[in-house]
Amino acid sequence: MRSRWLILVLVAVAIALPWGFYDWGHHRHAGFLISMLSQAGMMIILALSYNMLLGQAGLFSLCHATFFGIGGYAMVHFLNAAGKDELPLPMEVMPLLAGLSGLGLAILFGAMATKQRATAFAMITLGIGELMATAALMFHHFFGGEGGVTTDRMIDNSLFGLTYSSGIQVYYLIVAWTLIAVALMYYLTLTPLGRMANATRDNYERAQFIGYDPRMVRFIQFALSGFFAGIGGGLYAITYEIVTFDALAAPLSANALLMAYIGGTTVFGGPILGAILITLLQSGVSLLSNSWLVYVGVMFIAMVIFAPSGLAGIIQAHGPIKRAGRLGRLTLPYLRLVLPALALLLGFVGLVELMSFLTIGAAQGKKLVLFGNAIDVHATMPWVISAASLVWGAVWLRFAAAGFHRVWENLSAEVRR
Amino acid sequence: MTALSLRDVRKNFGATEIIRGVTLDIAPSERHCIIGPNGAGKTTCFNLISGRFPISSGEILLNGQRIDTLQPHKINRLGLSRSFQITSIFHRLSVFENLRCALLWSRGYRYSFWSPLWRQKALNEAAERLLEDLNLATRRDIMAGLLSYAEQRALEIGMTIAGGASVILLDEPTAGMSNTETDYAMALIRRVTQGKTLLMVEHDMKVVFDLADTITVLVYGQVIASGPPATVRANRAVQEAYLGALEE
Repeated sequence: MRSRWLILVLVAVAIALPWGFYDWGHHRHAGFLISMLSQAGMMIILALSYNMLLGQAGLFSLCHATFFGIGGYAMVHFLNAAGKDELPLPMEVMPLLAGLSGLGLAILFGAMATKQRATAFAMITLGIGELMATAALMFHHFFGGEGGVTTDRMIDNSLFGLTYSSGIQVYYLIVAWTLIAVALMYYLTLTPLGRMANATRDNYERAQFIGYDPRMVRFIQFALSGFFAGIGGGLYAITYEIVTFDALAAPLSANALLMAYIGGTTVFGGPILGAILITLLQSGVSLLSNSWLVYVGVMFIAMVIFAPSGLAGIIQAHGPIKRAGRLGRLTLPYLRLVLPALALLLGFVGLVELMSFLTIGAAQGKKLVLFGNAIDVHATMPWVISAASLVWGAVWLRFAAAGFHRVWENLSAEVRR
Repeated sequence: MTALSLRDVRKNFGATEIIRGVTLDIAPSERHCIIGPNGAGKTTCFNLISGRFPISSGEILLNGQRIDTLQPHKINRLGLSRSFQITSIFHRLSVFENLRCALLWSRGYRYSFWSPLWRQKALNEAAERLLEDLNLATRRDIMAGLLSYAEQRALEIGMTIAGGASVILLDEPTAGMSNTETDYAMALIRRVTQGKTLLMVEHDMKVVFDLADTITVLVYGQVIASGPPATVRANRAVQEAYLGALEE
């Protein structure tokens, strides 16, 4: 029941948030916020559809952006056709066509890839991703080569009489489709196919001996996940009105993996968290720092090592303690982690930024400014302080974490009793 | 017609012949035990019958139909189900979900991605009944990987019989169990395989002679004796090869 409330609150926030930053003086929406939220919507669909493979079916795919991208490219052509009155469909149902494009390609590639599982599956999908990336640069009629393909989303055909001239209208279209896609993907987890996907993930051999062909389970799951990725790509095309190579290339596939994993693959909602977090980092931190990808990468590595069940997994682990009403006893141990973690973080960020400003920053003619003071990246002091903070923070955090671990173990043991 | 027949079945891995011409006939609703020393090929036999490995030559028939070229899931759909020597369950799904999964195909759900599981009343009731039968009702929502060993073995048996197969293959269902657990497991096996054809690999001689209608002794991939318990017990070759120590 509580999760039902959580969903309602999230939807309400998604709908209301743009108005919190509305510029009443100029009657304008905050463009940056809306494009960030729109991006988050598409990424939620991408990450969740990726997790239909990774988390739910145990399939480590490296070509998920292929289906997102094809949805995007197809959408551009659908919109162009609609603009010429060759495709009399309202804007609101167009993302469905993008989804069907993703489905079609996923059926084709899924037939090849799902013959195998585990490492061989990952290899095949890597090949498919590279194949499509190459195709995108070779076949100009459909993919437009390096420059990509462009469109105009004002097709003048809407169920609600909307023009989609402004970002806020597109944003609400994205909210609606994200809700539909998330709801459908959740529904899938409650069907025989969804359950058998979990089963083949755990033990594909057992699945055979209860009458299921694990390959068929993988194939259908793969195809459906391509469908949802295609919807995400369609929304991408509507939002940006241009689709390039980036929408189907390997970095976006890797991003899907990062979002799903950091958010948590074992909980349905995990990838949503991951998608929002990565989008925030991408939009927010990338403005502040050239090195934002370094931070995402390090965060990913840290998650893989220390919290393989992701953010959602960490939250979920608190469940039993919370139900026993002892969450309060973790407050102090958590606070004890804050200072060392900050020291470690500051030291690390300091070093990365110093290095970045020494090289890329210098090339861009930028200066490192902290609290209004310009910092000379060639001086010794900033480096020494950062390094000291990093080392000291790391050592301190080790001890603090050991203390936290003891409290956690004791508490867990108490709760189990 | 026999429920299950093996006709001169052979299997080699590379140059080594593991199963060297096994012929077996198992009548419907017979309880048939395969015994033999380690490495005799008992589990390999099961793997061949259930389609896990292809046979090298010979024929396997299930209710008169050739099954030796079929994939495991197809064989299962024809009514042959097996358990594994090393527990094979869906360890990250709950006990209830494990049983429900095992029921799905036989109830015609196939790869449905439109019917919501929570609304399948008959299916869910059948899974609950199975839980009761296996005495696992109190463990219903626990992840199967967290069950005790004996409970996991019970769950495995439950999943093997869930689909209503007429021929059941159990591979050392009581291995690693204490005496009490073994007694309990055997009572369970008797109960849930009532009226079905049972083929079982077992090391515990007490269990074998208690349960079996027919015993087959496999040594180095060949059947050296097959018949009712009393005949097998009296067989000189068997005594020399296998039962000698027991008879003293």
